[in-house]
Parts: sequence; C-alpha cells; structure tokens
Amino acid sequence: MATMLQKFPSSVSTLNDYNALYPDWTQREVSTGTTIMAVEFDGGVVMGADSRTTTGAYIANRVTDKLTPIHERIFCCRSGSAADTQAIADAVTYQLGFHSIELDEAPLVQTAASLFRDMCYRYREELMAGIIVAGWDRRRGGQVYTVPVGGMMTRQPVSVGGSGSSYIYGFVDSNYKPAMSKEECLKFTAEALTLAMERDGSSGGVVRLAVISEQGVERQVILGNQLPKFSTV
Amino acid sequence: MDSHHSYSQVKGVSTGVSNLFIKSYVSSKTINKLIQVHDRIFCCIAGSLADAQAVTKMAKFQLSFHSIQMESPPLVKAAASIMRELCYNNKEELQAGFITAGWDRKKGPQIYVVSLGGMLLSQPFTIGGSGSTYIYGYVDAKFKPDMSLEEAIQFSTNALALAMGRDNVSGGVVHLVVITEAEVKHVVVPGNKLPKFHDE
Repeated sequence: MATMLQKFPSSVSTLNDYNALYPDWTQREVSTGTTIMAVEFDGGVVMGADSRTTTGAYIANRVTDKLTPIHERIFCCRSGSAADTQAIADAVTYQLGFHSIELDEAPLVQTAASLFRDMCYRYREELMAGIIVAGWDRRRGGQVYTVPVGGMMTRQPVSVGGSGSSYIYGFVDSNYKPAMSKEECLKFTAEALTLAMERDGSSGGVVRLAVISEQGVERQVILGNQLPKFSTV
Repeated sequence: MDSHHSYSQVKGVSTGVSNLFIKSYVSSKTINKLIQVHDRIFCCIAGSLADAQAVTKMAKFQLSFHSIQMESPPLVKAAASIMRELCYNNKEELQAGFITAGWDRKKGPQIYVVSLGGMLLSQPFTIGGSGSTYIYGYVDAKFKPDMSLEEAIQFSTNALALAMGRDNVSGGVVHLVVITEAEVKHVVVPGNKLPKFHDE
C-alpha cells in the first residue's frame, strides 16, 4: 500500500505540505523497535523482551511475542525489521530441525547461533536484524549468543539488544553478578526491561519472559500495571 | 550529570574531550567541563566545547552585571534563564547543552537543564551528554529523593563510571563539584580510582 502513495517533492508547494496528506505509518516499514535481553545462569537461561511493534509512530502490535522458539530448548529474541527477523527465524528453524533429525539428537545452541550468523552475515546488506539466541543443551548447559546487525556472533553471560538497550547498559553493568540464581535473573531481567521501556519510545507494552533449562521452557508475562516500580519512573 | 539533595548539590562530569573532526582524536583527557558562572552557580557543558565556552563566558558577564544591579547574589533560575536566552536566540548557530545548578537563598539547591534548542526545565536530578543514554536505566533505578551527601557523591561517581565504560567519547577523570550554602568543593576522581564493575 505504501508503494502506491506518491511522495511529493518540496517544489510542488511551499505553502502546503502535501506529504502530510498521508499518515506517517503508511510509508514506514514495520519494525520491532524493542528491548531484548538474555542472561545465563547455572542450569539454563532467562530471556526477556518487550511487546511493542511499530510502523513509524503507530504501534502496530502492542502485545507482540518477540521470543520465538527455534527448537525445543532454543529460543531467539528478535529486534530490527519484523519481516527480516521473522524470515530468518523461519529459515533457521527449518535448517536446525533438519540437522537435528540427521544427528538424531538435540541440537547445540551454538549450532543455532551459527546458522543465524551465517544468514545475517551473508545477507548483511539487505537485512536489518539484531538477534539474541539462547537456550540449553547437554554439552554446555545454559548459553546466550548475540548476533547483532552486521552478522558477528559472540557468546556472553548477559546480552541486551534493540533500540532500548542503550539506556540500560549502565544498569546491567552495575547490577549483573556472576552466578545468580534463576529468581535473581528473572528479577534482574524484568527490572532492566522496565527501565528501558520507560525511556525508549519504540519499546513498551508488557514484559515477556522465558526460562529455558533441562526441564523445559517456562513462559511468563508481566502486565503493565505489575511491572517493577522505581521512585523516579 | 547532576543530582541534588536536601541541603547541597553534587555535580559530576566526566572529562574526555574528543575532536571529532580529526577522526576521534582525544585532544584532552583532563578537561574540566564544570564552569563557574557565579559564587554558588556552576554549569556543566556538553556538545561543542567552543560554543559552550562562548555561551558561559557571556552568561557569566551578564549574570555578574545583573547581580550588581540587584545588589544580591543571583538566583540559580536567573543564571539558567540567561543561558536559555542565549541558546534559544542563537539556536541556528549553536550546538551546546548545559546543566545549570547551584544554591541560592530563595529556593536552596536547584538544577536546571538548558537543552540544545533552548528549552529550560527544572528537575531533581538530570543527566546529559553523549554518555548519558547508557545510564538512564541506572539512574532511574538508583535515584532516591533526599539522599545524603555521601550517597549523592557515590551515586554520581558510579553513574559516570558506568557511562565512561560504555561511551567511547567519554573518559579520563571525573570532576565533581559540591555546592552548599557554606562553600564550593571541587573533587577530582582519577580513572584508576573509579568504581569497577563485574566485567573489569
């Protein structure tokens, strides 16, 4: 629909802004503005994301699920262009499923991350995708791999991504301690995401959390009025 | 960044200066971005340092003139207002933002933000500059109204250290100024004495 609309050059009229005839969201791509985060703990990982998808200034989906399953115990958090990340996640899900059947055992988190990295690096000029891959496998337990825009891949004990992540680097750096328990990780993630959502216009809605461990996946949602409160926020 | 509490104020600024025209060359590691515009009023500067220095110089002059005319120490709001007039009326040419803070008899400790285009806003605490984006989450979580002086100094130092750890154009040493009715104290915290966090 956006391609049918004409963009008027400024020479058409200096008195009227003809480009204001059509709302902003008809000419913008859908983006998962976003704040995403994942933390390793002994025995698994905690992943979290906000729930806002924007088309320009319009919130296309205020209850988005950005935590996408790639395999039974491997999830990814998506940020950047919604279309690109959905397409990449679908492709990797297929490839990983095939690989797992060939191997006849559960795939490694590192394998999933590598598949994301290969695709994001090969098509880096066309894509706009920042992805955090996290999960549990038998060989190395809970792992978090980050594949930011450009196609690098690295493992980190805690990783944040998306437009809202800039605002919480200080909070994450100061509050993260190695060897936190599952409950501490959940609290840490929920607080960090709440702080980012308060400051970043492209992040908001509810906080979605997922805990992945040997036992499986537990998902939770923290609604707007139940988010942690801070004195200034 | 600035935070103020019941009877005095802590202003902190980290001091790396980078001349972006020469491909991120750090032209000075120890520059002091806290400029005194009157006995109990200071300005933190950010943005183009040349513009900021020109504006504060002019503001210092106008403020001292105003203070002599009124025959009393100027209000912090007056200082901030002068900065705002200069920034707003010259918004096309200037690229500098300020945090004006200090103590006066009428309202005690106050903090005013004068942004790039010339907005003036009073806040209980504030952060600014390129490194500030990284510490919004931290200061939102950690700030409490009515902190003691030691807590405020610790809060400012931690916040600045975190920002310096993430922002490539912030760094060097941390300058702190504590402004109270009685005195003005300037504290410098060198890089090796800054708080360390888990990944360092």
